Amino acid sequence: MHKQQPEARRHNFNEVALGYTEEQAILEANRCVQCPQPKCVQGCPVEIEIPAFIKLLREKKFDEGIRKIKEKNSLPAICGRVCPQEDQCQKTCVVARIGEPVSIGRLERFLADWERENGFQVPAKASPTGKKIAVIGAGPAGLTAAADLVRLGHQVTIFEALHLPGGVLVYGIPEFRLPKSIVQAEAEYVKKLGVEIRPNCLVGRTYTIPELLKNDFDAVFIGTGAGLPQFMGVPGENLGGIYSANEFLIRVNLMKSYAFPEYDTPIRIGKHVAVIGGGNVAMDSARSALRLGAEEVCIVYRRSRDELPARAEEIANAEEEGIVCKFLAAPMRYIGDEKGWVKAMECICMELGQPDESGRRRPCPVKGSEFTMDVDTVIVAIGRTPNPIIQRTTEGLETTRWGTIVVKDETGGTSLEGVYAGGDIVTGEATVISAMGAGKKAARAIHEYLTKPTKGS
Amino acid sequence: MLNRVLVKQSLAPQVKLLKVHAPAIAQKAKPGQFVIVIVDERGERVPLTLVDWNEENGDITLVFQEVGMSTRKLGSLDVGDEILHLLGPLGNPSDTNYHGTVAVICGGVGTAAAYPVAKALKAQGNKVISIMGARNKDLLILENEMKNVSDQLHVSTDDGSKGHKGFVSDVLEALITQGSKFNSVYAVGPPLMMKAVTEVTRPYGIETIVSLNPIMVDGMGMCGACRVGVGGQTRFACVDGPEFDAHQVDFNELISRLRMYQTEEKIANQFHECDDRLIASETKRKSAP
Repeated sequence: MHKQQPEARRHNFNEVALGYTEEQAILEANRCVQCPQPKCVQGCPVEIEIPAFIKLLREKKFDEGIRKIKEKNSLPAICGRVCPQEDQCQKTCVVARIGEPVSIGRLERFLADWERENGFQVPAKASPTGKKIAVIGAGPAGLTAAADLVRLGHQVTIFEALHLPGGVLVYGIPEFRLPKSIVQAEAEYVKKLGVEIRPNCLVGRTYTIPELLKNDFDAVFIGTGAGLPQFMGVPGENLGGIYSANEFLIRVNLMKSYAFPEYDTPIRIGKHVAVIGGGNVAMDSARSALRLGAEEVCIVYRRSRDELPARAEEIANAEEEGIVCKFLAAPMRYIGDEKGWVKAMECICMELGQPDESGRRRPCPVKGSEFTMDVDTVIVAIGRTPNPIIQRTTEGLETTRWGTIVVKDETGGTSLEGVYAGGDIVTGEATVISAMGAGKKAARAIHEYLTKPTKGS
Repeated sequence: MLNRVLVKQSLAPQVKLLKVHAPAIAQKAKPGQFVIVIVDERGERVPLTLVDWNEENGDITLVFQEVGMSTRKLGSLDVGDEILHLLGPLGNPSDTNYHGTVAVICGGVGTAAAYPVAKALKAQGNKVISIMGARNKDLLILENEMKNVSDQLHVSTDDGSKGHKGFVSDVLEALITQGSKFNSVYAVGPPLMMKAVTEVTRPYGIETIVSLNPIMVDGMGMCGACRVGVGGQTRFACVDGPEFDAHQVDFNELISRLRMYQTEEKIANQFHECDDRLIASETKRKSAP
């Protein structure tokens, strides 16, 4: 697949990966051996019939191919770009035994992009059930649950706190990895299916879940994600120039501060930027900082390269663009100038000890190994936790001590009748596709709950 | 008609009042809460305190100072125009229960934020002693409104053009030394003023609540831009506040964080200067006979 060259792309926010041409797509589709018992499907959290869509693609039946995908997945242009296929469908692809696995994600993207350019087709819906469902949050979990439920004949309203639908897809993942016009187009498709999206409604404040259930909604799905930034709690962390990755990415992506002053939201990026953390959010922050004009961007990660949680593809992209990684180090404190702006960061070196509960080797500080880095911008990307507003305003909703919502099983049923949850709000920070998988399972469970003969008849 | 401007008033130079149709917010609003306003496609997310609301009509009242590009655009809206996005109510409501005698202290545009709190405190039977201040008499806003919800109203201006010459904190100190007893003090306004009030009440151990106004982006706990040091811990003003125990607040940090984008503000103002001239000449042309 073609990509923008590193020299060019480090100065712009345009998409890096350019996608397959028709010829490339068909060539790649021909590599699929059409296993009678496909392993790839088992690796897909939303159960796409992968060999079937690939077969249609190579027969040039693009419209049927995309419809095959959309039987299971309403957001294919997004998934084709941000799913970690290497850990899912492509991981178990049998072709990988003799070479590279089939690039399933890129083929999905090809068909989704083809459809967006040629016009969406809206599939038929089941006959109306007369049931109303409130979905909270228009992120990957909420959009998926809403799309599945509306196709089953229910009336669905999504309450979104931000002014645009998409959740982490609009506020978190940068334009160069997932163009915002694509997110808006897929959200538009969900609307075309018949879902109502109400932006600027913060459930817990504008309305509460008990109110929604009282005011004629029959069920609620909570897909509010993990939106609360974590800080390390080291001295000096509130100095000027130190951002949470969330603040930094919200300013840049959602509020378009890369186009300041044409857009009103400012961002200040220094010459020497340190990004703390090693996940996809850290990579996204580092690559955004570079594009905003930083001279030097360094990722500071407390474990080694082998433990980096970011996708291999994104690490490679970042390094190609000139981002440096400082492994086995962590900040101890930040030092400010006379104006309260960060000017340096004191770090300590780490070594890897025994594996911890996550199965990764635990980083331990090396005594006497402190060193100082000159920095004028720091982006803290060490993870996000659930937003507490719903939990604080919904009596009887059981939560864990980490603030995630407790569910009975994979159907997403919570401690309250008719209230389901799924995605990062249940699991803590994970992937777009696992949230979509949870949204799908919850939709199935909600449908069963609302249509079982004892309920409401 | 959602988010439509129904009333527009100029309260002082660069200080405007808008009454906006927002029924969902009006239903839920409580004293001390705020909204996030995005004026247009390119606007910043601006937090504004809810000044007043009417559940029946579904209207809310906002007061703001035109300091940056987005608030200036907000100030240029006319009756009938719509605000693009309006989210709320946000933040935790004030404690407006019965305390006894409460001093409500406000400065500048902070008076707009103090008004609903004073009104609710008065309605709960508290004796409300209000002290309002501004740099000069032209910048005093909502004086009559404050008078109507206070048992006593003291006014101070930095230049002495009206009321006491000096700061609201001086007035509070004088009242305390003259023997006034306060069960609680509520302060909202510029951070330096809140800091001064906090230092006046600290030696007397009077419970003091401040409503903080740090830089915010989303206003619902996502970004951490509004983090403030309170009692040695980092708290988010949007979801943990905006009100905090004044004696625990790190005001120096708050003040320093509020200055983060001063340079960018200047850049934006210069960038938009030509737009302003265009708008001005356009308005002139339109109003010409």
